[in-house]
Amino acid sequence: MNTRIDHRIISGIIEPGSSVLDLGCGNGDLLELLTKEKNVRAQGIEIDEQAIYQCVAKGLSVFHGDIDSGLSEYADRSFDYVILNQSLQQVRHVESVLKDALRVGKKVIIGLPNFAYCKARFQLFFGGRVPVTPSLPYSWYDTPNLHFLSLSDFLYYCRERGIKIEKAVYTQGKKRSGLFPNFFAELGIFVIK
Amino acid sequence: MVDKKSIGVVKTQFFDFDGLTLESKEKLGPVTIAYETYGELNPNNSNAVLLLHALSGDAHAAGFHEGEDKPGWWDDLVGPGKAFDTQKYFVICSNILGGCKGSTGPSSIDPATGKPYALDFPSITIGDMVNAQLKLIDHLGIKKLLAVAGGSMGGMQALEWLAKHNERIQSAIVIATALRHSPQQIAFDEVGRQAVMADPNWKSGRYYEGPLPSRGLTVARMIGHITYMSDTSMAEKFGRQRKNGIEPFKFTADFEVEGYLRYRGDSFVKRFDANSYLYITKAMDNFDASGGKNFHEVLKGVRAKVLVIAFKSDWLYPSYQSKEIVKACKLAGVDATYCEVNSTYGHDAFLLETQQETHLITHYLKKVSSK
Repeated sequence: MNTRIDHRIISGIIEPGSSVLDLGCGNGDLLELLTKEKNVRAQGIEIDEQAIYQCVAKGLSVFHGDIDSGLSEYADRSFDYVILNQSLQQVRHVESVLKDALRVGKKVIIGLPNFAYCKARFQLFFGGRVPVTPSLPYSWYDTPNLHFLSLSDFLYYCRERGIKIEKAVYTQGKKRSGLFPNFFAELGIFVIK
Repeated sequence: MVDKKSIGVVKTQFFDFDGLTLESKEKLGPVTIAYETYGELNPNNSNAVLLLHALSGDAHAAGFHEGEDKPGWWDDLVGPGKAFDTQKYFVICSNILGGCKGSTGPSSIDPATGKPYALDFPSITIGDMVNAQLKLIDHLGIKKLLAVAGGSMGGMQALEWLAKHNERIQSAIVIATALRHSPQQIAFDEVGRQAVMADPNWKSGRYYEGPLPSRGLTVARMIGHITYMSDTSMAEKFGRQRKNGIEPFKFTADFEVEGYLRYRGDSFVKRFDANSYLYITKAMDNFDASGGKNFHEVLKGVRAKVLVIAFKSDWLYPSYQSKEIVKACKLAGVDATYCEVNSTYGHDAFLLETQQETHLITHYLKKVSSK
């Protein structure tokens, strides 16, 4: 049973029976959940070969490849939802991927780890070291993340580019978090269009 | 040792029919198609899988022929508990039209002359091969195949099924292949054909009563084998090893790799007809799954599902060609899955990377048959 809070939240957002493209779908846990709970038509894109094998074992339709090149090939509005759950910070060309995601999906769901989470701030401020937190679990030498941003950074970016944020949900640990998300939230999940 | 996962002793069967009109509009008949089947057809005829062989393959995909110790060409994947599980699926494999392993081809007797067709055999296409398979499927009483599956030229046939007869299949498993040959692929095929035709024994194809064009076909096969392997797999398999420590001498096959190529070439000549080689390679070169259109237009409205598999070190059918198939599926909205297996075996990987293929195909067939 999939109990990941971010997966539960995304599943709560998605309309039953819709079509979903998950960019950086990993081992397919989220798509499997969405298929079971929301009866979605699911498609994943994933770069890791072993993860592809796990997806296929779950009966999912997946493409082995990188997000940057895999997305541009789709026609406009091919999916009801395009999901980038904790993968946007790992793509090389964030701007073109976001642009394409907004073109290919009627709505886009973005899940982001918060670099300005309070514990990260303390680690950086008092420890003087690059933070390692549950949502940013990697050391500087082995992180797949190419971009480090806070939730506020993302909100500013969307405002600047005229991207409409339809919904924002924040989490800390296994719970939702409310006040001052850029300080207290580990993850932010945004529905944009 | 008895392999519990082997299908055991199998026998080739033959299906004869009046003939068929080829894509060239020429009529060919009567036609015989050699085929083998493994497993049982279920009561509602919904568990049939058709395997499609590559250039040098045949109907004998799995198990053993009586008295022989070499199994069929995809035995690692076909049998009880294997990817194409014969306890679940009714597996069919037929020799292609134009082949030389029991199906009608240039070495068959032309009823008009009582002699082998040789070059009087009409040009055939991948589409003709598939049309002959359709006749066989009809004959076996199967309306819809659970899957068609093949690598290399077998993959081309799977693409042809997908493009032209998708209402007869639930899924296509397309391995290490291309929508059409690139100039490089055509070039290698042409060198092979030229080697056959340069053999004085070839005699414009009328060699059946005399010595065979063995030297030419051997060279063609040697070139083929180079393209089926990779730099890495050759280095791993042969290195610069010399055979049995013999001292190098003028132009003998003293490197392991030379001996291997000669051996593969020589053994190919014993089991393959040179004219078939010419006809089949030409059919591959002429193939274009999209028929001049964009393949995604061809796939519009197709409900069959597609599994595309490529191999990283395959430079004969590079993965970009598989990605073109995948891209067309994306644009047409066809349900597809793509995996590029990290293999060092080159094009041969589709016969050798059995562990990964078994995983992918086992789960894929489970998914397709559950819907």
